[in-house]
Amino acid sequence: MIEVTKLSKKFNDTYVLKEVSTNFEKGKTNLIIGESGSGKTVFLKCILGLFSPASGEIIYNKTPLSKMSSKERTMLRKDMGMVFQGSALFDSMTVEENIMFPMKMFTNDHIDEIRDRANIVIKRVNLINANKKFPSEISGGMKKRVAIARAIIMYPNYLFCDEPNSGLDPNTAILIDNLIQEITKEYQITTVINTHDMNSVMEIGEKIIFLESGEKKWEGTNKDIFNTDNKSISNFVYSSELFKKVRKIYVKENK
Amino acid sequence: MIKFIEHIGRYFIMLQKMLEKFTKFDVLRKLILREIDDLIISSLGIVSLISFFVGGVVAIQTAINMENPLLPRYLVGFATRQTMILEFAPTFISIIMAGKVGSFITSSIGTMRVTEQIDALEVMGVNTYNYLIFPKIIAMTIYPFIIVISMFLGIFGGYFACVTGGFTTHTDFIDGLQLDFVPFHLNYAFIKTFLFAMILATIPSYHGFFMKGGALEVGKASTTSFVWTSVAIIIMNSFVTNLLLT
Repeated sequence: MIEVTKLSKKFNDTYVLKEVSTNFEKGKTNLIIGESGSGKTVFLKCILGLFSPASGEIIYNKTPLSKMSSKERTMLRKDMGMVFQGSALFDSMTVEENIMFPMKMFTNDHIDEIRDRANIVIKRVNLINANKKFPSEISGGMKKRVAIARAIIMYPNYLFCDEPNSGLDPNTAILIDNLIQEITKEYQITTVINTHDMNSVMEIGEKIIFLESGEKKWEGTNKDIFNTDNKSISNFVYSSELFKKVRKIYVKENK
Repeated sequence: MIKFIEHIGRYFIMLQKMLEKFTKFDVLRKLILREIDDLIISSLGIVSLISFFVGGVVAIQTAINMENPLLPRYLVGFATRQTMILEFAPTFISIIMAGKVGSFITSSIGTMRVTEQIDALEVMGVNTYNYLIFPKIIAMTIYPFIIVISMFLGIFGGYFACVTGGFTTHTDFIDGLQLDFVPFHLNYAFIKTFLFAMILATIPSYHGFFMKGGALEVGKASTTSFVWTSVAIIIMNSFVTNLLLT
């Protein structure tokens, strides 16, 4: 579990996050949503420890991040997996080498054991005939799968995804969303996903935090979104006519 | 001025952080071998070509400017040797390398920054300074090897151009090469070569590591890196020359 209390972050004199408090639960897909520039990525990078907050605290399993020694931070990082927006695969390595990289860096396991583990996660994310290919030779959807496989190879307790389905076609985006949710349940991981994709919100949003201009404006589940009267989240989610109609039908059916 | 001091401070903090937590030896060994290939082996061709032809040009120009019959012809060999050993091979090849190797280092690290590969390493708990910069420094410790080749080919280029062009005889050129040889000049050349190697590995790494923006900024960072690496080499050259030769 991750707890965030009154987290603020500023660049120069401008606050991009203002006293955001929430918690992310284990075994759930937690979503951070909001418009572009609302502070989602900064929020995620603060949780990851890539940015130092101006004030507030991030607590991993009752240990505040700011009070962790460098050794504890290193240990925590080994317990994290991250899927970046652009996948962030290492260009000079093949798919298999990319996936094996964290194990090669942090374990003393024999290369055969590492390869076996890599093949298990490769199979888990449904990557077929891609082991020896380089990132430049595979599609966007496959890159995301490789990134997910790399993120879970060390059996992490925390999985972070920054816009995991951006730039993907709707079908592949849904497959990637489902894959992340399945992995979250299967490995009982605390998953935090940064997105502004409405399909993801409706499909896998077990807990949703809505950010607007760096402030938390709403918190709830994908079911709550249909019944909320919060103006900020309604304007954001129901900006299209299609979603307005979907909401009407859902509310009518569930009365 | 404050920004300049800030850059220098950040550069030394980068070097300090690089030594804080080492990458696993097995991984580091492979990285070093790859860097040796990228930075040293792949530079041999261009260094050889430039050294051979510049050596030839230096020798021909020296020969042409020594029209006075009182000046012995063996001075052509002497001047070529001194030019190649003292200045051309260590300093000018290093400036050429600032363009080739320096730009490569800045653009490769800069691209990793832009595509979030450095963030990915940091999230995994890798000391990115050590992982990305240290292997380059170790690879560049064999940079003097390139300079030895440059010295040899430069002198050989001078010999070839002078003898085949009829500017001097084989015997005169060889006599000149052996005239008043001061072994300390080689020490001086290799001391500064080693310092240039450290500059070539670290300043471009700094510019790549701390760049911000997109693809366009990677290009700009490479150019800035080349300028500052060249400036640092020239200043270091002047400092070491004053320290060791005067």
